[in-house]
Amino acid sequence: MPDDPPAEPQPVRLRIVFCATPLAVRQVLHRLIADLEGRGIPAEARSAAEIVLAEALNNVVEHAYAEATGEIEFELAPEPDGLRCSIVDHGSAMPELRLPEGTLPAGDEPAEGGFGWFLIRSLARDLRYDRIGGTNRLSFSLPATLAPDNPTP
Amino acid sequence: MQVSSEVQGETLVVRVDEARIDAAVAIQFKDRMRELVRQPVPVVLLDLSRVNFLDSSGLGAVVAVMKLLGPGRRLELAGLTPTVEKVFRLTRMDGVFTIHPAAPAQTHAG
Repeated sequence: MPDDPPAEPQPVRLRIVFCATPLAVRQVLHRLIADLEGRGIPAEARSAAEIVLAEALNNVVEHAYAEATGEIEFELAPEPDGLRCSIVDHGSAMPELRLPEGTLPAGDEPAEGGFGWFLIRSLARDLRYDRIGGTNRLSFSLPATLAPDNPTP
Repeated sequence: MQVSSEVQGETLVVRVDEARIDAAVAIQFKDRMRELVRQPVPVVLLDLSRVNFLDSSGLGAVVAVMKLLGPGRRLELAGLTPTVEKVFRLTRMDGVFTIHPAAPAQTHAG
């Protein structure tokens, strides 16, 4: 018997094109998290990745396309210490053509919204947004490893 | 949106029997909770032990449920799984809610 073949290498790049609906986002996240597991990304980093990707993709569904419909092109490529992700859509531009600051909502009453960009900025690195013609491109890096969580002081 | 609920003393224990509270179901979750919290109990304990993912829409829905209860009643949480716990901690909502490690066992299914 020959030795077991080496583990099948993960595809270097992953590209998924899908329709911008909340349920399609769910299915794509499921597939992406399985892909990250196949790349050996540990649970802690997968959990952070799922949060960032869910927020970024749901933003496209809820804001860029809003009542309209359209496609989302997601691409993931390895980089030395993590993964570079890009999300392309053909919906409305970001307000003022820039990324929201993503500060936590202020005020005495706990807010019901406004956490999405805070979570993205907390967990992703090197965010970049370009509006070219009628196209939005958001790209960011997800670390392949994370330091253990520190409790909030 | 599958949930099971039971009154235990002064507490309405609501267990969410879904793996995700996300943008796809946040509104259904809020609607279902609105019906359940009509019961006049002072404390609602939300058992999230079966929920392994919650996004900002889900977080907003949990905050909305707390507001539905009004000032005289409390929403408490139990059984946060790692990703859900991370979302509450990063957004500092872990300081807004009383969070129990685990929910009391339900005495019957339903």
